[in-house]
Amino acid sequence: MRNAFAKAVTDLSDEYHELVMMAGDIGNRLFDEFKDKHPDRFYNCGVAEANMTGVASGLAASGLRPITYTITPFNTVRCLEQIRLDICYPNLPVIVVGTGAGLSYAGLGATHHSMEDIAILRTLPNMHIVCPADPVEVRLAVKDALRLGRPTYIRLGKKGEPVIHESDPEFTIGRGITVRKGSDVAILSVGNMLAPALKSAEQLQQKGISTQVISLHTVKPLDDELLGALFEEKKLVVVIEEHGLIGGAGSAVLEWGNVKRADLRKLICIGGPDRFLFACGDQKEARHQLGLTAENITEKILGRIG
Amino acid sequence: MITSIQLAAQFRAKAVEMSHTAEAAHLASSLSCIDIVAVLYHSVLKLDPLKPKWEDRDRFILSKGHAATALYSALAYKGFLTEDDLKTYGKAGSLLEEHPSPKLPGVEAATGSLGHGLPCGCGISLAGLIKGQKYRTFVLMSDGECNEGSVWEASMFAAANKLGSLCAFVDFNKWQATGRSKEVLALDPLVDKFKSFGWDVHEIDGHDHHEILNAVSDISVDKQKPTMVVSHTVKGKGISFMEDDNNWHYRIPTVEEVQLAKAELGVL
Repeated sequence: MRNAFAKAVTDLSDEYHELVMMAGDIGNRLFDEFKDKHPDRFYNCGVAEANMTGVASGLAASGLRPITYTITPFNTVRCLEQIRLDICYPNLPVIVVGTGAGLSYAGLGATHHSMEDIAILRTLPNMHIVCPADPVEVRLAVKDALRLGRPTYIRLGKKGEPVIHESDPEFTIGRGITVRKGSDVAILSVGNMLAPALKSAEQLQQKGISTQVISLHTVKPLDDELLGALFEEKKLVVVIEEHGLIGGAGSAVLEWGNVKRADLRKLICIGGPDRFLFACGDQKEARHQLGLTAENITEKILGRIG
Repeated sequence: MITSIQLAAQFRAKAVEMSHTAEAAHLASSLSCIDIVAVLYHSVLKLDPLKPKWEDRDRFILSKGHAATALYSALAYKGFLTEDDLKTYGKAGSLLEEHPSPKLPGVEAATGSLGHGLPCGCGISLAGLIKGQKYRTFVLMSDGECNEGSVWEASMFAAANKLGSLCAFVDFNKWQATGRSKEVLALDPLVDKFKSFGWDVHEIDGHDHHEILNAVSDISVDKQKPTMVVSHTVKGKGISFMEDDNNWHYRIPTVEEVQLAKAELGVL
């Protein structure tokens, strides 16, 4: 995803002359092409995220379109007050990009895990939360965030995620993408959980359960129309995210359902527990430990309607 | 035409009045930086109140947002606000909150949480550099504010990026909310600190209008270093019974004290 992100900003920099890339001393080689094209529009801001965020607000207030980029917890919760006051309060067009979100960097320890960022950032007025599912959606998300011109958080995985979309889907921030059609159950997959979500749909098909799979790339604002239709039509609506259950996308859907008086008995939320992960292990092992697997999604759904 | 010294006396009288009427704290913090604010708005900043977002305007960020009454007085003097607006300070529904909001014309950033103004100022200054604009960016901080790590992050950023159009002041009144600023944290030697961070540093009497004016005379995008003006000031300056008395960080003046203060200031 991060390679797709670097390519996207490099390509879009021709169209958006105001685009300024700011990195927190990471991705040195990643942005070489961008730096070659626009040496005056790339700033390594050092290991100083509070300042990087404040600087971004000053650039945006002066008509530029900054994107801040570093590892997720450092670019979100560490500089939360700057995001809140400097960007969201004046409603400035800054794009905050967290790389290695969720358990992408599981092996690096709790310092680098990010299972709380969606919960925290979605409480901020004016903020948009976008979690692309694959490298194709990364490119489209950056493009649409630039079109939107509002405070936007883009939550990336790491590198090497599979390309799922064979061609460009229609991508608009705030509108989910149906990746697979189905009539019994809907799985709303957030960010990089799309591959296990699709695998689960296959497993369910073997059991005679028809499953619609949606890339719910935008957690804020939620796709009101889509959610309304799913809760109306489906037996179950399942939200799966590589993020803690407290305050994540599942919580957002619960809040939505409460306001809309949807039948929340249909809802299953799958996400991380209320505890820190420790002990070595890569993303695959961490997902297995937390039940963020196709098998667990399938089991949970079968437990309700099998 | 009014002089900057007369203007500062008027701003002080307004700050006292507003603190009393709104029952709002931080009067002494406003009084210590009012000479700097008065000189900048009187003689330095290029602004157009009819076009608050004019691209080539100089920018001023009151990073010590708790001194909002100093800023509001200046904005009224320039015509961004009216004298009637000042009377709404702290009242329900007014945009003149106890800390400045960018919803108000002439206010560049939301300040009040310390340590935000210098990074924002760096961004505004850098934008001028990228876009080839000549405007200058001024940031006014408190000494207590220099406790914040973001001030030092921004200080390194400004030097690394040669932000010559950036000028920051420290209103060095030697107090913060609960004690002497050099005792709360190891603030001294402040001048040496900013020098070692790569800034051009002026050390001035922050109540001497000539010294304030001289310190900012060469701020320009063509400079290779940002400028820090460490300004020695007195908290509560201008009103004898408030000077260097940190009780006035929070105390609200009574009707009698307002009259006494105005008499001392020669503004009735």
